[in-house]
Amino acid sequence: MSIEIPSLATSDEPADVNPMTPATSNVKAVRTAFSHPISTLVVLLIVIFWTVPTAGLLVNSFRPKVDANTTGWWEFFAHPSLTFQNYHDVLFNSGGTVLPLVNSIAITIPATIIPIFLASMAAYVIAWVRFKGSDFIFFTIFALQVVPIQMALVPLQRFWSHGAHLGSVTIFPELGVNGITEIWLTHTMFSLPLAVFLLHNFIAALPESLIEAARVDGASYLDIFRRIVLPLSTPAIASFAIFQFLWVWNDLLVAKTFGGIDPSQQPITARIQNLSGNFGAHTELLGPAGFIAIIIPLIVFLALQRFFVRGLLAGSVKG
Amino acid sequence: MAVGGFIAILLIIFLVAGRVTGKLQRPLTILICLVPAVVLALIGLVIPAIDTIVTSFTNQQALTQLPAYIHGVGLKNYGYAFTDPESRSTLIRTLQWLIIVPIVAVAVGLAVALLTDRMKRPGLAKTLIFLPTAISGVGASLIWSYVYNAPVYNNDGSAGAQTGLLSQLAIKLGWKHPPAWLITSPGNIYLEMMILIWIQAGFAMVVLGAALKAIPEDILEAARMDGANGFTLFRTVQIPMIRNTLVVVATTITIATLKIFDIVQTINNGNFNTDVLAHKMYTDMFVTNQVGRGAALAVILFLCVVPLVAYNVVQLRKDRTR
Repeated sequence: MSIEIPSLATSDEPADVNPMTPATSNVKAVRTAFSHPISTLVVLLIVIFWTVPTAGLLVNSFRPKVDANTTGWWEFFAHPSLTFQNYHDVLFNSGGTVLPLVNSIAITIPATIIPIFLASMAAYVIAWVRFKGSDFIFFTIFALQVVPIQMALVPLQRFWSHGAHLGSVTIFPELGVNGITEIWLTHTMFSLPLAVFLLHNFIAALPESLIEAARVDGASYLDIFRRIVLPLSTPAIASFAIFQFLWVWNDLLVAKTFGGIDPSQQPITARIQNLSGNFGAHTELLGPAGFIAIIIPLIVFLALQRFFVRGLLAGSVKG
Repeated sequence: MAVGGFIAILLIIFLVAGRVTGKLQRPLTILICLVPAVVLALIGLVIPAIDTIVTSFTNQQALTQLPAYIHGVGLKNYGYAFTDPESRSTLIRTLQWLIIVPIVAVAVGLAVALLTDRMKRPGLAKTLIFLPTAISGVGASLIWSYVYNAPVYNNDGSAGAQTGLLSQLAIKLGWKHPPAWLITSPGNIYLEMMILIWIQAGFAMVVLGAALKAIPEDILEAARMDGANGFTLFRTVQIPMIRNTLVVVATTITIATLKIFDIVQTINNGNFNTDVLAHKMYTDMFVTNQVGRGAALAVILFLCVVPLVAYNVVQLRKDRTR
């Protein structure tokens, strides 16, 4: 290449791509310099189409009830009328969203943290403490990913209410836990197959020399887990954690099944779904409530986007 | 709270077990680390799954029905699922979802992945398209129900001030009397599908985008030297090279579509001919007291998911050992 081509900014994706040789970076520079204006336009249209609905909700949530109910949200730009009353009502009135938000947090935090520990322990033992049958156990846990939640809903509900019996023999006493606990316990159980799979992928690839050296130094198996494996696994743990957080926070099915109709046991998703079912009543609360429910996972997602993408790609794409 | 207690217990166990040395250490470690996960998986997945399969062969109706009144009925629930008119139309509708959503979501995701590849600063565009993935099905349904708000008419039949974006657009484009979108079948199911596509396309875009980037640059350059450009390049080089990923993405989205519940529940509660498999299963089990039939639907769902997941796993294995 005899022409000097100025290097242009490359994309801001995580550095998973191989570093480019000078020849290929020139090719890329040429491609980028002459990027099609049409493709940019098409992307722009798609992006607008994708973002407009969410923007509509946001704009509407700031409009007074009368305006929001009678005119479209685009009128906001012609006849602006701003109010924070909706958000105030939704947050502070009784029947508002504070309790469901607290419930959602009370459900999501245990359901994210506890599987991390349980799955990493199991993954470590399967990967590094070899024993007869470890392959079989791993394969079974992995295969359990196939079972949809729907298969377990009714039996689990019965289990939480009545315990487990075989005939007249009680294997498991009735636990008497409240809806919130039932929900996060169920989520924990259901996330284990995927969690063990993801963490095992990562933990099995840790350098053997590190663990060998620790063994030689006399560290116990549990010590190695606590001091070496766990700290080194933080990227995989972060990826799983954000997956799990989003999944549990956004879930409706498990929340409805085990939370029932008791409003004090409802997380925010169930509450919104409930609200939207009441035709006409409190519709001015729906916008801000919905937006609050959406903004929290959105913030978490944006902050940890890199780990989320990394987790998605782990095992989905070669390299 | 619960998490604090859990971690405390864990630390204590680790402390105590750390003292053990010698021959017992290995089995003890295995026990401590493996048992909780295995037991929970058993209680939460294996046993309930078997229970549901058994239930699908019974005539159980109410959740709290006494065992004395429940007896086996063979394949009657499955027969019902495929012969009852309402159940059959639900299954057919689910099939429509399964065909349309993955294809459109993958198409959009692929298109955006390719197009943003040529942009100077694709970061913001990609993030905005990926954003709906973080929004719950309920939240997305809420957002889109504002778009789909029914048209408003004055007393004389003329169109009044609209609250729904779709209604506004339709009327501006000349449609004199658009229907109430969400309660008009069969149009409403396509509107609901749009919501799922909106959520899933970002996922397709990210994974396919990474796959496209992983195509070695020299292959692309060689093809370009041979004269292949734009669409030809796309068709003859890029698509075949990401074929495995395309299939994995498509099957993953298909599995998610099979389980779709949130959107159907929030928008219409399955009414107005919008019911799908996973939603009807829920209604059978928890609303209309037809637990046996609901269990059969769950098993049908399970049977549909298994080949898809198996295919995914085989593809991933193939990719790894390449």
